[in-house]
Formats: sequence, C-alpha cells, structure tokens
Amino acid sequence: MATDNRGLDNQSQELFGQTPSQTVGPFFHYGLPWKGGADLVGQSGMGARPDLFPPEHCVLNVAPPHARPEGEVIEITGRVIDGEGQPVPDAMVEIWQANAAGRYASPDDVRSDVPLDPGFIGFGRAATGADGVYRFRTIRPGRVPGAGNVLQAPHIAVSVFGRGLLKRLATRLYFAGGEGNEEDPVLALVPAERRATLLAEPQALGAWRFDIVLQGDGETVFFDL
Amino acid sequence: MSLVIPYAREDAGQPPSLYPDYRSTVLRSPRQPLVHIPPTLTEVTGPAGCWDRLMGDALADLTAQHRAPPQGQRIVVSGRVLDETARPVPDTVIEIWQANAAGRYIHSKDDWDAPLDPNFTGAGRVVTDGEGRYRFVTVRPGAYPWGNHHNAWRPAHIHLSLLGPGFATRLVTQLYFPDDPLIEIDPIANAVPMPYRQRLVVRFDIDTTVPNWALGYLFDIVLRGRQATPMEDDHGH
Repeated sequence: MATDNRGLDNQSQELFGQTPSQTVGPFFHYGLPWKGGADLVGQSGMGARPDLFPPEHCVLNVAPPHARPEGEVIEITGRVIDGEGQPVPDAMVEIWQANAAGRYASPDDVRSDVPLDPGFIGFGRAATGADGVYRFRTIRPGRVPGAGNVLQAPHIAVSVFGRGLLKRLATRLYFAGGEGNEEDPVLALVPAERRATLLAEPQALGAWRFDIVLQGDGETVFFDL
Repeated sequence: MSLVIPYAREDAGQPPSLYPDYRSTVLRSPRQPLVHIPPTLTEVTGPAGCWDRLMGDALADLTAQHRAPPQGQRIVVSGRVLDETARPVPDTVIEIWQANAAGRYIHSKDDWDAPLDPNFTGAGRVVTDGEGRYRFVTVRPGAYPWGNHHNAWRPAHIHLSLLGPGFATRLVTQLYFPDDPLIEIDPIANAVPMPYRQRLVVRFDIDTTVPNWALGYLFDIVLRGRQATPMEDDHGH
C-alpha cells in the first residue's frame, strides 16, 4: 500500500477540512424531530413521531410557547417519494423561511428597516409518516431581496434527509401563481420544463401541496448551494 | 440591497449522493444534475442564536436522563466547531443520537436482538460556547448488524446534526472510534473517499479523560466556511 492513512484521525492537521456528511439513518425519530417542530405558528405537537419510541424516552422538549406570529397562516403537506414512486416513511424535512414582512430571524439579515416578528423564527422540522407524508403549519413568507437588486418571489428553503441520503438535499418551495415567480432569479436558473417541481399547488383555503420526488419522473429540482 | 457573504462549496471529502454499495441510495438519490444557484439571503441566514427558544434547553449528559446510570463504558466527547478557515463557530447547536452500549436503538423499528437499556435513551443536544467548544457525556455505543448485505455490521458510531450559521452550512454526520475494524467494510463510512474518511474518526485524548470516571475523545467538526470577501449582492454570477 503506497499510503496508509489509517493512522490519521480527526485531529490530524493534514486532514483539516469540511467534515463529511453521513446519512441520518432510519432511527433519528427520538433524537431530531421535537414535538411542535413542524408548527411554526401555534403550540401543537406537529413534527414528531412519538409512535416510534416509548414515552419515557421522549427527552426532546416540547417547543416552548411563543407569541402568535403576524401574517397569513398556511399549511404545507406533501409526500416524499422514491425512484419507484413509493412513499418514503423515514424521511425528515426541514424548512427555513422569512417572516410575513420578508425578514429572516438571523443575525446575518441586517436589514433593520424590515421588522422582525417576536413570534416567528422561521425554522421547522417534520418527520414523514408511514405514508411518506410530512406536514407544516407556518406563515406565508414575504419577499426578500436576491441577486441583481431584484426581489425574490416568496419561497421557503427546504432540506430533505433520510436513510439512503448520504447528503442533505436542498430545494425551494414557491407558491403556484405567487407574485414575482416570473421574475424570480433562482427559478430562472431552473430549466423551464422542471420549474413546476418547485411550485406548491393550492388546495383548500390556506393549504398547499408540495410533493418531493427524490428520483425519476417529475424528480424535484435540487440545488448545489 | 444587502450584503451576502457566500459559503464555500463542497470539498472533495463529501460523499456522492449515489453510492450503490449502500443500497438505500439507489432509489433515493437524484438522477438529474443539481442546479447551482448563487447564494442569496435565504442560503446565508439561519436560526442562529435562538436554540433555546426553538428547541428548549441543552441536554449534555446522556447518562443522567433516567433513574440510574446506563450500562456501558462512560465517555466524554469534546471538541470545537470550526469553519474551513479554522475560525470557531460559536453558539451553534449540535444534536446527538446513538444506539446503546449493546448496539440497540430505543427506536421501535430496531428489531435487533440486543438488550434495550431502560436507563438510556441516547438523545442529547449541546450548544457551542464563544470559542466554538462543546462537550457531552454518554456511553460508547455498540456495533450492530444491518440488512445492507450478508453479514453487514455498522461500526460503533454517534450521529451528530449541526445547523451552523446558515442554511448552506447544514450538516448531519456520524463519528467513529479509532481502531474499529468495521469502518473499513462499512459502505456508509466508505462513501467518503480516503483520506477524508479519517475526518470522521475521533482521537482518544488523555487530557479529556476524567480520572476515575470517563474516557475522553476529541472530535472537531468543520463546517463550510465563508469566502473571505463579502460581495455586494448586486449582480448575478
């Protein structure tokens, strides 16, 4: 063997660099999705899968109470689907979004002219159910600036994790018919025939459907960030 | 107009999405190429600095969550969260989950015939300090068999989940232990090419070891770093 690297480890200076990604595996439910993690508006237990472990081992806290956020309450549901069209019952979906006014609750969004909302952080996490369906309750986000001094269309950043996913898959949810979709600088980078995979479709009042197809027909567009 | 400081792209140590030796990747990895997008505020922001408001308090001792201590070898895992330029990442959350000392998860879908431990859940959460340091106490997890191929065994590992400062820095990984012969034959670890795989292997450290109490291991976690020059977000590229 020309080079034997097996003696090296995490503390070796010559190896310093990005820590490699690994899958969440199938057994993350008692460790990641906390009760209420998928309800960015209220106090429900959405997001967790307490059916998958004994109640005495529920150590993740319930989401702490917060004020009701401003804006239009929406519900987003969708199914995570694999390359054979089968639902993925052990996926985890995360969202990150601006508040109704279009401000991120992040120290890296320094636009003090756009208000923060004390009731809204904008980060959520949901495990899929046995049917591959995830569900979030949140606020319809406002518009935030993008490249070229153009406002981006309202959108939600989405991450997908699961058994068989060695890396997080990153995508975006836009709202079908949403203002600014036609001029959105990120949507414009997506081949026209695939843009529909990023559009949530309206259902009943305030309800949106956003399926995530990991592979195959109608494969969701995933981003290299 | 706003300042957007982009994050570095993936380096050569990241695994591919499709790695057929790990069979579950075959039907779950995208076939279309990823679409590269320039960073916007969306990708460079994240819920930094509000972990307790979001998730609740830290859970840094996985051996103190039940009536009695769990079975197994008590260990301390400690290290720093850094970016690629070796700058510390302060006030960022690390979520932790793992199997018990016998290699069994508390999860109801884990049907391996190894004992559960009523005193061990295997879930925790810590937040880095101002210098990016973290520390948690747990027991060393056991190896366990899985169905990927004949006589497949996962090396002992602890799952870690980090958000970092922005959407772009999100990372889920696993740490492994030195001198574990199962790492070399594990398709999940092997999806990471050598020598980068060794970035996932902790180092035993006598100074982290607590006398008469627990063995200590060091594990630094390196997130994607910010490029040096802020760029004004005024043109696409």
